Amino acid sequence: MCKAIIEVNNVSVDYIVGDLRNIGLKEYVMKKLTRTYNVEHFMAVNNVSFKLYQGDMLGIIGTNGAGKSTLLKVITKIMAPSDGSVTVNGNIAALLELGSGFDDDLNLKENAYLRGAMLGYTREFMDKKYPEILAFSELQAFEKRPFKQLSSGMKSRIAFSIASLIEPEILILDEVLSVGDGAFREKSEAKMKEIIKNGKITILVSHSISQIRRMCNKVLWLDKGKQIDFGETDDVCDKYERFLKEGNSEE
Amino acid sequence: MGIINKIKEQRFLFEELTKRDFAKKYKRTVLGILWSVLGPLMTLGVMALVFTQFFGQNMEHYVIYLFCGNLVFNYFKESTFTGMTSLHDNAGIFSKINVPKYMFLLSKNVSSLINFAINVAVLFLFCIIDGVAFNWKFILLLYPIGCLVLFSLGSGLILSALYLMFRDMKYLYDIFTLLLMYLSAIFYSIDVYPLKVQYLFYLNPIYVYIRYFRKIILENSIPKLSFHLLSLGYAVLAIIIGTIIYKKKNYKFLYYI
Repeated sequence: MCKAIIEVNNVSVDYIVGDLRNIGLKEYVMKKLTRTYNVEHFMAVNNVSFKLYQGDMLGIIGTNGAGKSTLLKVITKIMAPSDGSVTVNGNIAALLELGSGFDDDLNLKENAYLRGAMLGYTREFMDKKYPEILAFSELQAFEKRPFKQLSSGMKSRIAFSIASLIEPEILILDEVLSVGDGAFREKSEAKMKEIIKNGKITILVSHSISQIRRMCNKVLWLDKGKQIDFGETDDVCDKYERFLKEGNSEE
Repeated sequence: MGIINKIKEQRFLFEELTKRDFAKKYKRTVLGILWSVLGPLMTLGVMALVFTQFFGQNMEHYVIYLFCGNLVFNYFKESTFTGMTSLHDNAGIFSKINVPKYMFLLSKNVSSLINFAINVAVLFLFCIIDGVAFNWKFILLLYPIGCLVLFSLGSGLILSALYLMFRDMKYLYDIFTLLLMYLSAIFYSIDVYPLKVQYLFYLNPIYVYIRYFRKIILENSIPKLSFHLLSLGYAVLAIIIGTIIYKKKNYKFLYYI
């Protein structure tokens, strides 16, 4: 068997919430003195393990707060796991949230270059790829417009075009395919299939089970940070849908 | 290949972030840049007027004396004030994309550095007008400039991390810089104090850098080796503390936003 491209080993993330956000020094001292300073820990991701090989497309499913986005942050090295390890062989282009990292005052081209730079590419590379990106997004008419004048659908188009056309070895998409109009969604799904066919890995987080069934060959099901199941798409999706139905009928 | 590519990537990121910060700061107007030079000059004019006319300051080359102090202090203040919010302003980016976080501080510092360079040029112009003789020692000013830039960057690292943790840092730092200004002997001379008190001024890095400028420009003398070591020491210390905080908190920063 060939080498795993992404190997996630018993990963846990101890997430911190509470008073450490949005606090002033004065408040901090007061709360410390009155012993009301309160920081809570919880396991956002709890002992998750899986391996992905060339050409895999993983779908991650689970209800809100299941730890999907946190897990992606660990894989993209935005967060460090508090336990376990993640090994990634290849460069990642991640789209964790639409429009993040784009600047409203810059125009489309400047934003595309900024995004390319943040994803770790060189200017020469972007010079070469930019015409293709623009063409794929079909936003030629808006090239010189400030970003704030674009609709959120347009922003997601350019974001997806950048992430998919720079040919990353690993593409991570968090809830991003659900936006954009129908025609563009079809086009982007086709593009993703092409990426996978070229032996690249894609991770997709989606609440649309039908989309996961259509696109993915492996599925990871998370619930409250715990790994409920990991395996073949239809198998896991069936279980998940049964779980959702049972949950609803109990209420 | 690996290392060269890494440098290229980092340079590209740095350039793009700098471009963005410039577009945001000056809204693409030339007047914006001009204003940031005119501002300090007008302050200088007001201060010179107040201290020579109202307070009877009659030191030789007083305007140059004042200019040296303002130049160093203003750069430090601008660099740290813009740097302080750099991490917080880019929280939306580093919580979604894995980028080296110090880059935000570096790119924000470019505009302060350009302002500083222009103001140094204006200082030299003032030297000519005021009849201060140029000599080869002026080249030594590169040393305190280097130390000052490093010190400001290090302070920026520390402040940006603190600002992310405590949102009221800005007000506290505002008061701190006011105190720092009065302690930096920008418009007065420390000669009136006893020698022991004079040494206390060397605890203030900003004063040290200002003193270096004045020694070269106004006294035509090269500071001692110990003075050089002190200048560098403060700079290195600030960078080390800042780097340690960034290293330790690298994955913790996103909990604060």
